[in-house]
Amino acid sequence: MTNYADKDHASLAEKFNVDEPRVNWHDETLWWVRVKRDKASKSLPEWELLRETASQIKNNVLSNLSEYLIQFEEEATRNGITVHWAADAKEHNEIVHGLLQKHGITRMVKSKSMLTEECHLNEYLQQQGIEVIDTDLGERIVQMRKEPPSHIVLPAIHLKKQDVSDTFHEHLHTEKGNYDPQFLTHAARLHLREKFLTGKLALTGVNFAIAETGEFVVCTNEGNADMGAHLADIHIACMGIEKLLPQRKHLSVFLRLLARSATGQPITTYSSHFKKPRKGQEMHVVLVDNGRSIQLGRKDFRNSLKCIRCAACFNTCPVYRRSGGHSYHTAVAGPIGSILAPNIDMKQYADLPFASTLCGSCSNVCPVKIDIHDQLYKWRQVLMKEGYGSTVKKMGMKGMTFTLSHPGVYHFAGNAGRWVLRNASFIVNNKLNPWYKQRDMPSPPEESFGEWYKKNRK
Amino acid sequence: MIVALFVPCYVDQFYPQVAIASLELLEKAGVEVVYPPKQTCCGQPMANSGFEHLANSCNELFINNFSGFDYIVCPSGSCTLHIKEHLHADKQEEKAGEIRRRVYELTEFLTDVLKIEQLNAKFPHKVGMHQSCHGQRGLRLSQMSELNAPAFSKPGKLLKMVEGLELVELDRVDECCGFGGTFCVAEEAVSVKMGKDRVEDHIKHGAEYITGGDMSCLMHLEGILRRQNSKVKVKHIAEILNSQ
Amino acid sequence: MNSRDKILEAVKSSQPDQRPLPQLQFESYNTTDAPTAFANVLGTIGGATHFVNSYDEIEEIICAEYTHAKRIITVCSQIKTGEVISSDIDPHSLEDVDLAIIEAHFGVAENAALWVTDALVPERVLPFITQQLAVIVKKEDILFTMHQAYERIGNMDYGFATFIAGPSKTADIEQSLVLGAHGPKTMRVFILLNA
Repeated sequence: MTNYADKDHASLAEKFNVDEPRVNWHDETLWWVRVKRDKASKSLPEWELLRETASQIKNNVLSNLSEYLIQFEEEATRNGITVHWAADAKEHNEIVHGLLQKHGITRMVKSKSMLTEECHLNEYLQQQGIEVIDTDLGERIVQMRKEPPSHIVLPAIHLKKQDVSDTFHEHLHTEKGNYDPQFLTHAARLHLREKFLTGKLALTGVNFAIAETGEFVVCTNEGNADMGAHLADIHIACMGIEKLLPQRKHLSVFLRLLARSATGQPITTYSSHFKKPRKGQEMHVVLVDNGRSIQLGRKDFRNSLKCIRCAACFNTCPVYRRSGGHSYHTAVAGPIGSILAPNIDMKQYADLPFASTLCGSCSNVCPVKIDIHDQLYKWRQVLMKEGYGSTVKKMGMKGMTFTLSHPGVYHFAGNAGRWVLRNASFIVNNKLNPWYKQRDMPSPPEESFGEWYKKNRK
Repeated sequence: MIVALFVPCYVDQFYPQVAIASLELLEKAGVEVVYPPKQTCCGQPMANSGFEHLANSCNELFINNFSGFDYIVCPSGSCTLHIKEHLHADKQEEKAGEIRRRVYELTEFLTDVLKIEQLNAKFPHKVGMHQSCHGQRGLRLSQMSELNAPAFSKPGKLLKMVEGLELVELDRVDECCGFGGTFCVAEEAVSVKMGKDRVEDHIKHGAEYITGGDMSCLMHLEGILRRQNSKVKVKHIAEILNSQ
Repeated sequence: MNSRDKILEAVKSSQPDQRPLPQLQFESYNTTDAPTAFANVLGTIGGATHFVNSYDEIEEIICAEYTHAKRIITVCSQIKTGEVISSDIDPHSLEDVDLAIIEAHFGVAENAALWVTDALVPERVLPFITQQLAVIVKKEDILFTMHQAYERIGNMDYGFATFIAGPSKTADIEQSLVLGAHGPKTMRVFILLNA
């Protein structure tokens, strides 16, 4: 398992950038997903109205969350679903393990759930002797490679087909050097089909849960969630408490937005609505808090809980595209991850809100209109006030504040800087100056504008 | 009307010609322009680094320098946006509010307030327009490619008035250049990669000059161009609109 | 205090001030007729459409197109080809199904999705486990948008229901689209012109 301790985005991104052709490939691949999203969004004249509607529905959900949670529990229970509540990741993992133990099951198939990544469920279960098989193709690939996913929708986007081929050759004994995606996908189909057919317990995520009816919806292109759930004796669905929608009809808005925002498709192949367990089956929903109620209380950051995990913000982010998901050292990477993670652990994730130029593109593609770039700016203020900035940075900032608050000092500093560049540029143009590594310094003019104005206008 | 010219600190120190061009442009349009000499900086470098709470003295200085004018005009989208969104002062909030209402970026001032319809400018070159993010997405200087909304561009409208200027098309019309304030050194690798990609897009489409509304972006792109020994130059839009 | 109460209390004390639910005000703007639009979209997502006048026509096409299908399950009383299954079977026994022929309640033109509930399939896994899928839908049951779809669904009760749009697929390997991930590899839709 990759260890991210003591790693920050800047250092990890620097390593990522060593292989420039690979960065170009990663960047272009994800930009292409953004382009597909644009095609889809621009094909619907009512696109901006859909975003506004979705945003307002989610605002309503957050302002009535406790009531909707109670309603969902009531309806789901009436439907024959058992509802569990997990205050944190530990409780979530224990609940899942408890159900496995109760039925004496030691192997589980799992479809994509970012929540389970967040809770490190796989590691926990593996430590308890449970075999977890991720059935989403991208997730299965990274699972075999013992890596975390780098993107919440396209988990293996950082891998080339050669990488997949090598991995499958090692783990599935497929033909060495056969890079054909069709061939490799078929190999995975056969390998995982056997797991579905023998799987007694299936765990899925939840894209949307409906308070009104007590049902939940799981969206996939592969059909793996369904293959797992409809063959298993026990189906566990894990969801963050914020994934609720008030009424069934609201799905019309979200199912129109989700896939178009994520990949540019009009809808995922399957949008499965689970309302009651199959005859003879047990169906469980685990509602997970894990810091969400705290985020809900943060006035400036609660809107991040509207997220429907489409990853449109990842695909448009020029920094994500050129640093890769692993540089964020957290389950959910990218712009949305950078405003969710500090809520969980400010110390560990203090670097993330700074992994951005605040360009604002993310906020524009967000289907639920989360003000991501504004929240990145606000998290910076919180983190520095809480003392997570380095001493060097703090001193530098105090120095800058002093200089810029005193016109005399400012003019002196400016003059001095230009003098150095004109007469002793070696002081600045060297390895110690990060700007200078790959860029020339600007040419120092003889006089500043202020000086010119004094001579020419006053 | 009396307009105060707000000159970004790095323009004052390193690119005075941009401020001169801005001044001349406004004067040619018949505007009375004043340059408050004690101005320094809008405070954005501290604020974007998370030190908004240190910006009080900077804010006070700004308010002292820029109160009492009809408009404050600045040849930078990002500095203008910062003042518009973040200028506050406990003891002078009313004055701060006045300034926030009256501050304009140069091109939007020309199109929206002065309502310029023609310019006596000539720049017979192939030019690539770099859409600086804060100006575009923050001040709405031009339409954003992410939105399903009608196209428009205030700087674009002005550039069309310049004789001989040919605007080149780009693959990615509004991708960030990677400057991002202290990001340019704190995340040097990604910052430079983003800049290189922007530069490549312009060069690929035959641009002789890269222009934009923010000298900070252009300074970063220029640093890359010069390191590559490229013949392509950067030129702030004020200079182009003011060129004869 | 148990976790449920802890969570609910934390949520209730943190939730923001009331924000009202918006009205859903979306119109269908498509000018082409819905069945044609549906077929166009289905083509772009890897599925095939046949406009047919009778169930006999469907049977003919099935016989012609699925010559290698050894085990066919049909859940449509008007189609004679294929096996009929009861709802008591073990879902695992369907693992060797080559072709499943089912009906849909309705289709949605904007995304070529078909709404299928457990009222139309005796075993939930059937439309997923089969190697190939064929779906029959009536022309007048093709709507334009998802808003119309959910209006039509209304308070419909089901244990399980799904929208199926095209064959299963993945692009997880270097963004190369491959049809046939874990669900069916192909999908054919029969739009019945005369009920």
